[in-house]
Amino acid sequence: MRLLLDAFSIVAIVAGAFFYLAGTVGLLRFPDAYTRLHALTKADNLGLVLVVIGLLPQVASVLMGLKLVLVWLLVMLSSAAVSQLIARSARRKETRP
Amino acid sequence: MADFLQSAGAFVVLMVALGLVRVARGPGRADRMMAAQLLGSGAVGALLLFGAASGESAVFDVALTLALLSAFASIAFVKFAMRQDQPASDEEDAG
Repeated sequence: MRLLLDAFSIVAIVAGAFFYLAGTVGLLRFPDAYTRLHALTKADNLGLVLVVIGLLPQVASVLMGLKLVLVWLLVMLSSAAVSQLIARSARRKETRP
Repeated sequence: MADFLQSAGAFVVLMVALGLVRVARGPGRADRMMAAQLLGSGAVGALLLFGAASGESAVFDVALTLALLSAFASIAFVKFAMRQDQPASDEEDAG
């Protein structure tokens, strides 16, 4: 059982790290602000969510697990709102696609 | 398992540091702010990984605070950019 949980954690965390890699590559390589924002939100949401899901079997107590989920919810809420705001400011300010 | 968590956290920190190249290069201010946003979320992920690796629950509180602060940083940027919108823009890029 322990081995199974560890394997699940490793798979989920490696997938999350891959999405961080994808977010960075997209932020560096994509041509304009909107596509970069697309890459950024992949790293924000999928990367962090997969890392949190992978960490859930590893924490010592239920309280720490709840705190992990709380961090995840806060980052989801703030990154969704901030992505909208940054896109609006880019649309007013920069060249349109 | 702790070794794996440590190295995954180090990998995430490395990725976020590479993303900071966009702060130096990015043509518009929104691009620079996006790199800062990636720094915030990547640092939260790395702190969670390091906290789980060491079993130290205080690191999770640091991650919670950092998530809040990075959201406030981006909101402050957007307020500033909207306020500066009316006069002639300073760094208009024709590309």
